[in-house]
Amino acid sequence: MAEPRSDRGPDRTPDGRPSGRRDGSPPFRRRARSPASIQLRVTASVLALLLVGGVGVAIASLAYGQQAARQSYDRLLLGAAQDIAESITIINGGPVTALPLSAFELLAQAPDDRIFYAVRNAGGALLTGQEDVAPPAAFREAREARARDRSGAVFYDARMQDEKARFVSVPRRFAERDYSGVVTVTVGQTMLARNDMAYMLTRDALIAAGVLGLMLMGLSVLVIRSALRPMERIAEEMLARDPYDLTPIITPLPAELSVLTEAMNRFMGRLDRQVGAMRNLISDTAHQLRTPVAALRVQAELALEEEDAAKRQQMVARLAGRTRSLGELLDQMLSRALVIHRTDSAPRLAVDLRDVALEAVESGDHQLLAPGAELELVIGEAPVCVLADEMSLQEAAKNMLSNALRHGVAPVRIGVSTERGNAVLWVEDSGPGPADDLLARIGNRFERSAAARGQSAGLGLSIVQSVASAFGGDLTFAVTPGGFRVALRLPLPEETA
Amino acid sequence: MISRFALLHRLCRPSPTGTGPAAPYEGARALGPIVLGLTAALATALALLSAPPLSAQEATARFGTAQGTPFAVYSTTDIAILRPALEAFTAANPDLSIRYEQWGSNALYAEARQQCRTGAGPADVIFSSAVHQMVELVNSACARPYSSPRTQALPETRRWRDELWGVTHEPVVTIYNRRLMPPGEAPRTRFELLDLMRRADPRYFGRVATYDIEASGLGYLLAFADSLEATTFGALLEGFARIDAIATCCSAEIIEGVSEGRYLIAYNVLGSYLQLQSAPGLNANVGVILPEDYTLFLSRAYMIPRSAGKPEAAQRLLDFLLGPEGREILRRSGLVFERDPDVQGLPESSERAVEIDPTLLIARDRQRRASFIAQWRSVFGDAEPAP
Repeated sequence: MAEPRSDRGPDRTPDGRPSGRRDGSPPFRRRARSPASIQLRVTASVLALLLVGGVGVAIASLAYGQQAARQSYDRLLLGAAQDIAESITIINGGPVTALPLSAFELLAQAPDDRIFYAVRNAGGALLTGQEDVAPPAAFREAREARARDRSGAVFYDARMQDEKARFVSVPRRFAERDYSGVVTVTVGQTMLARNDMAYMLTRDALIAAGVLGLMLMGLSVLVIRSALRPMERIAEEMLARDPYDLTPIITPLPAELSVLTEAMNRFMGRLDRQVGAMRNLISDTAHQLRTPVAALRVQAELALEEEDAAKRQQMVARLAGRTRSLGELLDQMLSRALVIHRTDSAPRLAVDLRDVALEAVESGDHQLLAPGAELELVIGEAPVCVLADEMSLQEAAKNMLSNALRHGVAPVRIGVSTERGNAVLWVEDSGPGPADDLLARIGNRFERSAAARGQSAGLGLSIVQSVASAFGGDLTFAVTPGGFRVALRLPLPEETA
Repeated sequence: MISRFALLHRLCRPSPTGTGPAAPYEGARALGPIVLGLTAALATALALLSAPPLSAQEATARFGTAQGTPFAVYSTTDIAILRPALEAFTAANPDLSIRYEQWGSNALYAEARQQCRTGAGPADVIFSSAVHQMVELVNSACARPYSSPRTQALPETRRWRDELWGVTHEPVVTIYNRRLMPPGEAPRTRFELLDLMRRADPRYFGRVATYDIEASGLGYLLAFADSLEATTFGALLEGFARIDAIATCCSAEIIEGVSEGRYLIAYNVLGSYLQLQSAPGLNANVGVILPEDYTLFLSRAYMIPRSAGKPEAAQRLLDFLLGPEGREILRRSGLVFERDPDVQGLPESSERAVEIDPTLLIARDRQRRASFIAQWRSVFGDAEPAP
């Protein structure tokens, strides 16, 4: 994974800002420095889930287990009590219980629990069983309340010799010639078997939850591994790339991760354009500067050889003029490079075109360019906002303005208006406009003829053209009643359109 | 041997016998008639209550040296039967000595119940053949739990709640007088016994004996187990009635009677008591039958009362009796029966253990007991059994 720094290619982006990966370390180390690995986080989450879930399952299954144990052993109790109640017969005017073995065999299903029973007559006197087994006082009312219950059985908890026990009381009604009344059978049992059963159910549920949790954790490892495998492929692909290869990554990724490749692709696209712009700038600059610099050199050499002072003075003055216009050309070329860079990288914000026009007027550049020329600002009350980069727009406005001042006829007007959902920043001069053949070529990247003259004509409008297309607008020329108008049209944002 | 007997002989033992190992009994026979009369008077009044008014131990003995810390064993087992086991125990545990008290089963139950109720009492061990009474004591939370590898090794049918353990394994047999009864006539099953009684041979009139179920907790338990086991029980009662069978109290008395020829057949005798009567010429007369239809097996129940003052000593005795040494001694004493297929023709399927479990509570049920005894009395009559 580690790789020699020499392979990384240029560490700076064309605009000279440090790249994100300044230290040249592989991307994985960056991830290791982040708070926690995904695996760790998922594992921690699963563990937390298991812990919370485990407590939940424990509570739920304990409750469930207790209920299940209570129900099943209550049924045994009830069965035993009903067996005993069934065995009661009236002999010689009194109820006699032939205690059935089956009842006790039922109760012995809880093998280690102590058994309590009592059979009492209507008056509450013990017929058989243990003296200390007696339904609680509330039993009579409860029985009345449940009089319509099919069995009339009442369950209750009590203690027997300091041990918790569960009881059921079942009434048996007699209406015989020699005995009439209710005989109550009470059967009880300690709770060992119930508690055992509840414990076992809880334990089983917890074991199941634990196994499930472990499986979940294993599954999470597998899923994360397989989900992140494309990342490794991308990383390998990136590392294997030629440093100047800025074509998009096409390795398919899960939807969640494709955000990353999309961002990377956009970033590389931008990088690609900027590298391209750099290349253009360099070739343009080389191309455009070669002729004027050669002319400068020739004139300078001529001036050196000139012996007549007056002539030499004249030649030096021309040399100065040429140098100045070469400086202007350089300015414009840099400003164009800036515009191209900014339109790609600067955030798009709401910009009021009136501010742009005002700034172009107030900067006072035109005073240097054409001293004394008349300049008129035509703007309305309402703001005209577009989404763009203000600095790029200002460059465009300045170029439009200087173009009109340089080539047009005063007075020159600069204005802002809206038409058919477009915001328009225009500059108008009072002349008839350029020749048709020049108009056709205007706005091209560079104008060989202009460059050959050491002038920046055409380059200025090509900047405006670039700004227009960068923000989704266009550049139009029109002959108006007042003269010749160059207009930068930009779409108004939806909500104000 | 450091031990002494002080036998308070009472109730239904007619005479001390022989000069064998059981010889050191000393009669206190003068008490006999008085208690007998008293018992007779109260029997009717207290017929429905579980404990007839037996209130004192029958005999006491000491085992071990004077230096040993004494602990008390209350038992229904005759001292002579348990003597080898207890002597071996005190020999192996010189720091302990045993005060052994021999009680009648009903009296022992009443005493244990009393000690449980008051929460205080001298007994550290209760060891009774009346297992149903012991189950009721455990059910009333009178016992102290104990668990050790040896108790855990007992089969489920011989322990309950880790509070009651069946230490012995003794067959309940039919015995007969070999001299007076031709071997062919000896009943090998209950059906043969029934047939024999139905013939109403005058030779057998008044000469078939069994336990008095009111006087003996063990006798009641055995009869009750019979009644649950098979329908033959009703027919047996009818047969007993037909030939005027004798219901009497104690194992020793029954065995002596058979040996001396007073009884020809005795039904439901604990086999281990035969070992006791080892006087030469006595057992020679007694033939033993393990009924082939089914033979009940009884395990005497060992319990450590909750009120025991020295439970550790009781636990050590229990582990000793369940261990290999104790078991071998018990086997020699006839308390642990081991199948010997070459000698005994008894198929294993006819072994019916009296299981130590809560279903024995039925035997203690007041009304069920009353009706069972009433049924019994309708055969044997209300009066005390004929001597």
